[in-house]
Amino acid sequence: MKYIIAIIKPHKLDDVRSALADAGIEGITITEVKGHGRQKGHAEIYRGAEYQVNFLPKVKIEVALDDNLVESAVSTITKAAWTDKIGDGKIFVLPLEAATRIRTGETGEDAI
Amino acid sequence: MSKSYKYSVPVAVGALGLLTLVSPVLAQDATKAATPATMTMDAKYVFNTLLFLIGGFLVMWMAAGFAMLEAGLVRSKNVSMQCTKNIALFSIAGLMYWVVGYNLMYDGVDGGFWGSFSVKNFPLPGNDTGDYSASSDWFFQMVFCATTASIVSGTLAERIKIWPFLIFTVLLTGFIYPITGSWEWGTGWLDKMGFSDFAGSTLVHSVGGWAALAGALILGARIGKYGKDGRVHPMPGSSMPLATLGTFILWLGWFGFNGASQLAMGTISDAASVSKIFVNTNMAAAAGVMVAIALTQILYKKIDVTMALNGALAGLVSITAEPLMPSVLQAVIIGGIGGVIVVFTVPLLDKLKIDDVVGAIPVHLVAGIWGTMIVPWSNTEVAFSVQALGVVSIGAFVFISSSIVWLALKATIGIRPTEEQERLGLDVTEIGVEAYPEFAKGGSAV
Repeated sequence: MKYIIAIIKPHKLDDVRSALADAGIEGITITEVKGHGRQKGHAEIYRGAEYQVNFLPKVKIEVALDDNLVESAVSTITKAAWTDKIGDGKIFVLPLEAATRIRTGETGEDAI
Repeated sequence: MSKSYKYSVPVAVGALGLLTLVSPVLAQDATKAATPATMTMDAKYVFNTLLFLIGGFLVMWMAAGFAMLEAGLVRSKNVSMQCTKNIALFSIAGLMYWVVGYNLMYDGVDGGFWGSFSVKNFPLPGNDTGDYSASSDWFFQMVFCATTASIVSGTLAERIKIWPFLIFTVLLTGFIYPITGSWEWGTGWLDKMGFSDFAGSTLVHSVGGWAALAGALILGARIGKYGKDGRVHPMPGSSMPLATLGTFILWLGWFGFNGASQLAMGTISDAASVSKIFVNTNMAAAAGVMVAIALTQILYKKIDVTMALNGALAGLVSITAEPLMPSVLQAVIIGGIGGVIVVFTVPLLDKLKIDDVVGAIPVHLVAGIWGTMIVPWSNTEVAFSVQALGVVSIGAFVFISSSIVWLALKATIGIRPTEEQERLGLDVTEIGVEAYPEFAKGGSAV
């Protein structure tokens, strides 16, 4: 089992969600987050003085899934979240040790 | 807004027409017995009083405009505090202007430096005669006094304790504003010298601006506003919709502020003057906005909405000293330069490390001086030298007296919250109610 954490642009969330559903991935958790990457945010001017907006709003997507779905999930998110502009985000894949469905007590791949 | 009216000769037909509108009974009687002269006096009284009342409640509503403008331009952790200050200062102004302010400004000044220290007595309706209702006049003058206090509130936002601010407001509305007001509108020494300030670029706006400047210098900047390396750290306001609503409310109120400062609407000439003032007032504001929009686009590559809002107010303040005499094109130029003043004075204050949260000093003080000094351009009866004397003398009196009050408050009860209280936000520490409790818990949001 693997755990995917993807950081994407907020306005791409709907595209990513429906693309993942089309790819057969049913469970998804999202969080509104802020952060920066290599560009470290951007500069704005308020009343004549420049200031840095260091943390930009992003959406964090978390998905737990079988090993054999990882490749298609990553390519699906990459395609759906892609704008070709800086700040498109990142996808991280982590090993997942265990999973439990609370209602039934099922564990492992049955739980996800 | 001096009290010497210049009534032009009313047209008899027009006066009859007015009377028909005001009181059908009177008009019917008139056709039988009463002479046109007495009818004219009644119509004048009614229309003059109506102008005071309508202008007065429009200017009263400017208090709401200031409250919303300031609520939008402070951070969300200080919004309840700003609302509290604004409702309190308007109330203090009303009470103080009754207790001492009005008579200090208008009662027996006669070329001097102040009037009488006495309570304003309101005549019973049966005795409230003359060219207009005395009660309507008091109401109209009171809301100008409150406007002056509103100006101070915005500059000193986010870092002043509530009670010292309110004590300052008592002294400003009861004494400082009425004394300088008496010099001109109370027919004091400046009026005798020929100074001209139609609706208060200096008497209201610069007075508020000087009091705010004195307070800002003595109070100091907000924590973190100016870095050790000289960098300015902007603290963007919490709500542009509220700031925009506040500006529109002020713009609306200004038609009462300038228009009703004609002080009379009982003749065709006065009604036409009030209408001309409406046009000039609107044009000056519009020009202030568009100049601020164009300049911020050129200088910063994006339009700064807060500067556009300030541009409207600077245009309005600029035309307030003489809203009647300028041609429409002159009004556009006078107001447009108000917009220039805003765009260049706001960063200048930051360079001087004078922290003016809402831009009240550029808008009310600097544009107020500009508006007062440009009066001779359109009104040739007015001299530059006397205008300068008025600006300097009123500025000196208000700045020095305000500084004494602020320093006395600082030395006694203190004017600044602790660093921790300021960081937490004054909504929590001074008021105990957050403006947006659903969104920010414990005032910890930056």
